[in-house]
Amino acid sequence: MSKRRRDLLILFLLALAALTSVAVSLAVGSLPLSASDLLGVITGADTGLASEVVGTLRLPRALAGFACGGLLALAGALMQVLLKNPLADPYVLGISGGASVGALAAMLFGLPLFVLHLGAFAGALITMLLVFGLAHGDGSWTQTRLLLTGVIVAAGCGALVALMLSVAPEHQLRGMLFWLMGDLSQATSPWPPLAVLALGLATVLPFARDLGMLARGELPAQALGVPVARLRLLIYALASIFTAVAVNIAGSIGFIGLIVPHLVRLAMRTSAGNDQRLLLPASVLAGGTLLVAADTLARNLIAPQQLPVGVLTALLGVPAFLYLLSRQPR
Amino acid sequence: MSSPLLMAQGLDVAIAGKTLVRGLDIAVNAGDSLAILGRNGSGKTTLLHTLAGLRPPAKGSIELCGKAYSAQGPRGAARLRGLLAQTQTDAFPASVLETALIGRHPHLGRWAWEGAADERIASDALAAVGLQGLESREVHTLSGGERQRLAIATLLTQQPLLYLLDEPLAHLDLAHQIAMLDLTLSYSAKGRVAFAIVMHDMNLALRYCRRALLLFGDGRWIEGTSEEVLTTESLSELYGHRLRELSDGESRYFLAA
Repeated sequence: MSKRRRDLLILFLLALAALTSVAVSLAVGSLPLSASDLLGVITGADTGLASEVVGTLRLPRALAGFACGGLLALAGALMQVLLKNPLADPYVLGISGGASVGALAAMLFGLPLFVLHLGAFAGALITMLLVFGLAHGDGSWTQTRLLLTGVIVAAGCGALVALMLSVAPEHQLRGMLFWLMGDLSQATSPWPPLAVLALGLATVLPFARDLGMLARGELPAQALGVPVARLRLLIYALASIFTAVAVNIAGSIGFIGLIVPHLVRLAMRTSAGNDQRLLLPASVLAGGTLLVAADTLARNLIAPQQLPVGVLTALLGVPAFLYLLSRQPR
Repeated sequence: MSSPLLMAQGLDVAIAGKTLVRGLDIAVNAGDSLAILGRNGSGKTTLLHTLAGLRPPAKGSIELCGKAYSAQGPRGAARLRGLLAQTQTDAFPASVLETALIGRHPHLGRWAWEGAADERIASDALAAVGLQGLESREVHTLSGGERQRLAIATLLTQQPLLYLLDEPLAHLDLAHQIAMLDLTLSYSAKGRVAFAIVMHDMNLALRYCRRALLLFGDGRWIEGTSEEVLTTESLSELYGHRLRELSDGESRYFLAA
């Protein structure tokens, strides 16, 4: 069937783009590497400085970036289904707000890095439980109620973040701002987020068609045999965990979770439309690629100084998104 | 096929603490066509959703093909009964064919993709409601009536035995209203499937539905063949507005007085 072949071709091209973005991020930097240098590093023929730089600095960062981008895009796609709202993103329910409060508090008191990670993760999970508990209060669980609770909790977290920024000593402000804008320079161990991404995708994909039904509305989904209540709980928990893990590693990188699912939807419009079975893996690939590309630019544009990657994801994503949107036949 | 497609016994339907239907006993058999009539807010939609197993009854029991909904499971139930909701929502863009194909969901395994056979079922359903040739159109470019017919096509694609339709004639022009009801007749005439249709037009109910259920909104209900249930007295009380009956010697017609 030609439609299926075209869908698979799109996935293949996205995978190719992902590989390319990682390869470029390995090659570019203060020590530029040619394609043959890179090949030498990969095959193990090179054991010198190049292999050191790639193995301990660039590869972990690129893989962590890819995992975080993928997680954020996946969480965004799930939140959009959960809230049946195309404007939802992983942060809309306050997860990143909670993480920011935890992380900034740790920074404010000058606590070590692992406490910062712990704080961010705890903040995210506490917000998740708080929002869920409050929205669930009277037993009913409507999208509007969940959305409102999440937005209010996020606003509260925003106020706490502003409070901490205003009392923080001068020399800590820069680190705090970078964390808030999203920054991959602290990402050293790529395996935990990659594992979460792989496990998460494996958990979600069997339900991909059910998710597509849910995106069309609760009542028709239920009438078509989708166990709506259980499925919503599952995607709420998964999207929250994905977001918490990504934010914990890279700070609250904006834009990816909101825009990537839409980018993919627009790019695939002619073939796949809103088919979650393609949308979810494609979002992971595109989100990872976008974050790796943005991070490569972030650390090279005005090298040796590094830019916060969150700024670059927006600067890359906005024109791409607007182009695809304007290209749409009305 | 000895047990009825749908059987409700001692069914109470309540919403927001108010009991709208009390002690409903009803059986819908294969080949049946049941019109459900009542004022706005008399519990027609709530009853339909309850009969579809989508909300628990306040009291009483419902059996779908001889088994409770809990025993059928959501997927099993979805292969036996289909629901046309009152409003259609499209939060995300999709094509007409994709939208019709979601009706195949309960028939497909977890990893299965819609195949050529499923697409043929969907195309046939689209043709049955007069939407052939619009397969690749965006749903949001359809008119209200076309969107409604697409929802009906999605339901036909689902191929249930029991069709629960909530105001299927809404947004349809006269010709399509008749075409839609003719479609239900041709389906139920084969004696395999049945329809329960929420509608407001008692004349069409009389003409197309063998049975009728009137909901008075205060718990009372009457059910029987359309011929005996649909009278000026019952309908005048049902709608709180006096009706006149005209006859051309062959059929009876109701008019608002």
